[in-house]
Amino acid sequence: MKKVLVLCSAVVVALAFMAASSIHSVSEGVDVGDIAPDFNLMNVDGEMISLSDYKAEEGHEAVKGFIITFTCNTCPYAIMYEDRLIELHNKMAPMGWPVVAIQPNDPSVKPGDSMDKMKERATEKGFPFVYLMDEGQKVYPKFGAERTPHVFLLDTDRKVHYIGAIDDSARDPESVTRNYVVDAISAIEKGNTPDPVSTKAIGCSIKTKK
Amino acid sequence: MQRFWMVIFLLVSFTFGCQSSGETDQVEQAEKKPKPLYVSYEKFDDIAPLFNKNNDTTYVINFWATWCKPCVEELPYFEDLYAAYSDKKVKIILVSLDFPNQIESKFIPFLEERQLGPDIALLLDGDANTWIDRVNPEWGGAIPVTLVYKNEASTFHSTQFASFDELEEIVKEIL
Repeated sequence: MKKVLVLCSAVVVALAFMAASSIHSVSEGVDVGDIAPDFNLMNVDGEMISLSDYKAEEGHEAVKGFIITFTCNTCPYAIMYEDRLIELHNKMAPMGWPVVAIQPNDPSVKPGDSMDKMKERATEKGFPFVYLMDEGQKVYPKFGAERTPHVFLLDTDRKVHYIGAIDDSARDPESVTRNYVVDAISAIEKGNTPDPVSTKAIGCSIKTKK
Repeated sequence: MQRFWMVIFLLVSFTFGCQSSGETDQVEQAEKKPKPLYVSYEKFDDIAPLFNKNNDTTYVINFWATWCKPCVEELPYFEDLYAAYSDKKVKIILVSLDFPNQIESKFIPFLEERQLGPDIALLLDGDANTWIDRVNPEWGGAIPVTLVYKNEASTFHSTQFASFDELEEIVKEIL
């Protein structure tokens, strides 16, 4: 009898998992715990970048994960985070967690987000991280990015550990009380689950042709 | 028996007490006085009652900012709605998420130039993670978004309106 019970509960659990995964496959984008897709996108220096062959800079620790950040030139919120994104990369990349910035807007809708303008901005600000064009806007929907800026924190297996904002005070770096991304990375490094695993923030919609 | 009446008395006084101490609402208060250019809210809690009204008015609440191009593009539709539904129980509130350091330089000049019909609220609460879900759990945080509701019936529109008709259709469904 006991065996039958165990079997039954196993079947129920299995069915529940199947139901859950089938629901999930309907929704676009990745959730925390999912494996994010890799990509092959052009950097502002003309090089094609994939996560699978991402090389750590000299003197940096081997890559442990990526701070994938959907951002752009034109959104005031993205601009407010530029300096903090530079700071984040300079702090975390040597520890194995580089920022990988992806520009998801359609440049025909937002001319300020063309590859030429991205190059200009990257040079002006001296971006220390790669700044990739989501050519054809194929990557951001697979991640489920909804706004700029929008962060997805992945390990090298591309497992998603955190989705959301960089910190809790977009408008004023002085008033930041929680550095969500930095805190999430230190939780992962200790073998813990980040808390929170996701946050929401105000941002600009990703610009597509109507 | 005495205890029974005591309980009834307490219940009645509690119920009435709650009603009379109903939360104040700056948006409604603003109606009675000459209309201010905008009403500002430091914390989401201050504006939260706006999202939980139980009456026969349809509330059209749009989140926007002067820095958000698609938001500014769709403002005329809310102006048209304001004009077309002035005799109906429809209340339009445009909640701005303009930056605190651009109120004098950008936000106020914009309002003075446009002289918008709908009420303007300015929400200054920068910790958006704590309040985005309280507006609507479907909201990812990008603007513009528009919430239309009356009592329990509501629609959440998370993209820019393409036309006045598109906006009016949603309002009509709830009205």
